[in-house]
Amino acid sequence: MSENILKMEGISKSFPGVKALDNVDFALQKGDIHALVGENGAGKSTLIKVITGVYEEDAGRIALNGRPIHFKSPKEAQNMGISTVYQEIALCPNLTVAENMFIGRGQYTFVQWKQMNEKAAQMLDSLGIPARPTQELSSCSLAVQQMIAIARAVDMDCKILILDEPTSSLDEDEVKKLFDLMRELKSRGVGIIFITHFIDQVYEISDKITVLRNGALIGEYQASALPQIELISKMMGKALSDVSKIKKHEPLKSDSSVPVYEATALSSAAGVRPFDFIIQKGEVNGFVGLIGSGRSESARAIFAADKVTGGEVKMKGKKVKIKSPLNAMKQGIGYLPEDRKGDGIIAELSVRDNIILALQVMKGFFRPLSRKQAEEFSNQYIQKLSIKTPSINTPIASLSGGNQQKVILARWLLTHPMYLILDEPTRGIDVGTKVEIQKLVLELAEEGMSLTFISSEIDEMLRTCSRIIVMKDREIVGELSGMDVTEHDVMHMIARGGE
Amino acid sequence: MQRSEIHLGLKAHLYHLSNLFLPLSVLVLLIVINLIKGADYFSFTMVKGAFYGNIPNILFGASELVILSIGMTLVTAASRGQDIGIGEAATISSAVFVWFVLNAGEVTLLTIVAAFLLSCVVGLVIGVFNGTLVSIFRVQPMVATLILFMGGRSIAFMIDGKLSPILANDISNQIGTVIPGVPIQTPIILTVVFIAIVAVVLKTTNLRLYVESVGINPNAARLMGINPKKIIFLTFLIMGICTAVAGFIAVNKAGRHDSVNLLKFIMMDAILAVAIGGNSLRGGKFSITGSIIGAYTIEILNRTMLRLEIETETIKAFKAVFIIILMVVGSPVVRVFAGKVINRVRTGRFRSVLKRSAPKSVKEE
Repeated sequence: MSENILKMEGISKSFPGVKALDNVDFALQKGDIHALVGENGAGKSTLIKVITGVYEEDAGRIALNGRPIHFKSPKEAQNMGISTVYQEIALCPNLTVAENMFIGRGQYTFVQWKQMNEKAAQMLDSLGIPARPTQELSSCSLAVQQMIAIARAVDMDCKILILDEPTSSLDEDEVKKLFDLMRELKSRGVGIIFITHFIDQVYEISDKITVLRNGALIGEYQASALPQIELISKMMGKALSDVSKIKKHEPLKSDSSVPVYEATALSSAAGVRPFDFIIQKGEVNGFVGLIGSGRSESARAIFAADKVTGGEVKMKGKKVKIKSPLNAMKQGIGYLPEDRKGDGIIAELSVRDNIILALQVMKGFFRPLSRKQAEEFSNQYIQKLSIKTPSINTPIASLSGGNQQKVILARWLLTHPMYLILDEPTRGIDVGTKVEIQKLVLELAEEGMSLTFISSEIDEMLRTCSRIIVMKDREIVGELSGMDVTEHDVMHMIARGGE
Repeated sequence: MQRSEIHLGLKAHLYHLSNLFLPLSVLVLLIVINLIKGADYFSFTMVKGAFYGNIPNILFGASELVILSIGMTLVTAASRGQDIGIGEAATISSAVFVWFVLNAGEVTLLTIVAAFLLSCVVGLVIGVFNGTLVSIFRVQPMVATLILFMGGRSIAFMIDGKLSPILANDISNQIGTVIPGVPIQTPIILTVVFIAIVAVVLKTTNLRLYVESVGINPNAARLMGINPKKIIFLTFLIMGICTAVAGFIAVNKAGRHDSVNLLKFIMMDAILAVAIGGNSLRGGKFSITGSIIGAYTIEILNRTMLRLEIETETIKAFKAVFIIILMVVGSPVVRVFAGKVINRVRTGRFRSVLKRSAPKSVKEE
């Protein structure tokens, strides 16, 4: 079992201004599932890119099956049996399953459809993937698509399989199926490197865990011998007391003052049922519910991100009309959207431009901030939120996910909103940043800002929200407040709510 | 810490330069070719108190193209598509200009100014038409502007009422050539003024930030209070003004309104100027400086062909070959490769040289 198929020693890699990897060792054994964990910027992806030949290491040795190697291109690594499946599925949705598995592999000049489909069927069957070869890929669920991507990789005589955040868009059931597949591959002797932000999943499936932090190796551990708490503190580099320090505030007395924001029978074109909603000064509340319950749609309706079709809105007791995002912004509402890539970042613009954009829009078309002012604001928030970026002129797309999210947070904080809506601010980012964001939310509330916090991780909401609004089937079914609300209470309410 | 900041500042600076690397190097290459052909390339002569020569001729000849490529840059950046009816739009607006001047009786400066303003209004109307189709009805820019590309010259002919009405008055002549006592040809001055106005607009408004945001991610832009439809519409309005000004210069240069050939196929050169300027034709970040350099490059290229005495019939083929080379050299594939080579050289022999020079710049601060 202790046969090393991949051994990396003393790997270092620098980019201008950053040491991405500093003398890192990594070893993968045959038939092992090895989790690679660390915060954003820990060096996980750089290490992967060195393994797959995307980057060349500055120093260090790599050995494959005991033989020293040196990849010059990703193709070379692939030919040596190293396959990677990324978070975003890189297949063609309009082709069939079988076509996706075999196309472009240069085996046949002319496609022999029958043979190809037969071979695909065989493979799908042996790996237990519930798909037909002739089915169009887009008709499969995301999990199945992910599995097909893996099947394609495995078939290329793969000895090392790298899975980069494969579970981030899957639901619980789908994750289970994916894990079954991983176990099957493990039993065939494939070494799997598993990268994820979900700590629970690390423990569910991994044999070993390697922790990186700030480009340095923290250590390699047996999963069974490392308590979860310790792992998290190793990743964050600080004691866990920080996490437990996060304490939500006592719920406010509902009749304490005029609410900051109050909506009656608000509805939008996105199809959420008319709902009433109130938030007080300094309150943190949140919408909870399953995907499709309307929690995001409600938030979007408040910000008028979708066309508002009805309802009445009062800000600080005064009736206002909010028909567009700009109206909402002018009333002092900020909104961090759920889909960071699609709705949040302006990928090619610099960190500076991304930070000042919302404030700039509020100031107006004819009143641009001076360059000096813009730089001052950006630097101020880069420091305040400890955003890791080489410079303020770096395009935001080249930052890690967590840092991108912080830039968007900075964008809204710069407008000094009375009321800030955060829709899934912690999705797809590392534990350390998650904790930072939760702490920030409570700090802001203390300073008097009202916040709505939405997350699919209920424990995050329980930690931060003093009032939780439960949604089901695009309708509010109840409300929970108090210091001792449990996950069980929430689930119970969701389950009961439909009746 | 201080040094690294300087280092980063320098990097950002180099980054901007690298975007202009392609157009500038082509410009230099063309000038070198011309100098090899004859060392008198930069020489100019004074005729009746005005400068003439290769360089003044290039600046003169490229006026309309420069102005149109500015509009094309903005339309491309915001709408992720191109306006292919700009030559026709310019022909229509200049037809209205000529119509007004010819029907005004005695031609004074006021007549010309009024006629010019009227043609700008026509340009704006065309901008409204294209902008509405693209931003509200979401027609692809190339398809929307195809309408004017096909019908524009007929409309201009109908406004003219006949083939090539002649614009014979002193003021028009001076606008098209030189104003006595001014040593620089009028179209060059007009172009410089136009570029200056654009520079001021970019400096005093958020046009760049809004257009780039909309071009890169309209969804995110909308959620930050920018109305992508309005911005795309605005770029077409600006394009309308650009076509009116270009038409104004072109018709005064020619001294007559040839509705069939005026600025014919200029959209090809304008799109090319945008591309040579290092702009993505899929929108997003843009460089107007790049496009302007691109426009002058194309003019120099055209004139280099003539100077090299390539036969008129074969010029287009030579131009095509040149552009193929240009585009391959400037393509991301080659750029990445060149970057790798440069990096290797830097990390190898030249690293120590660079390091030695770094502290110097700190001292200078």
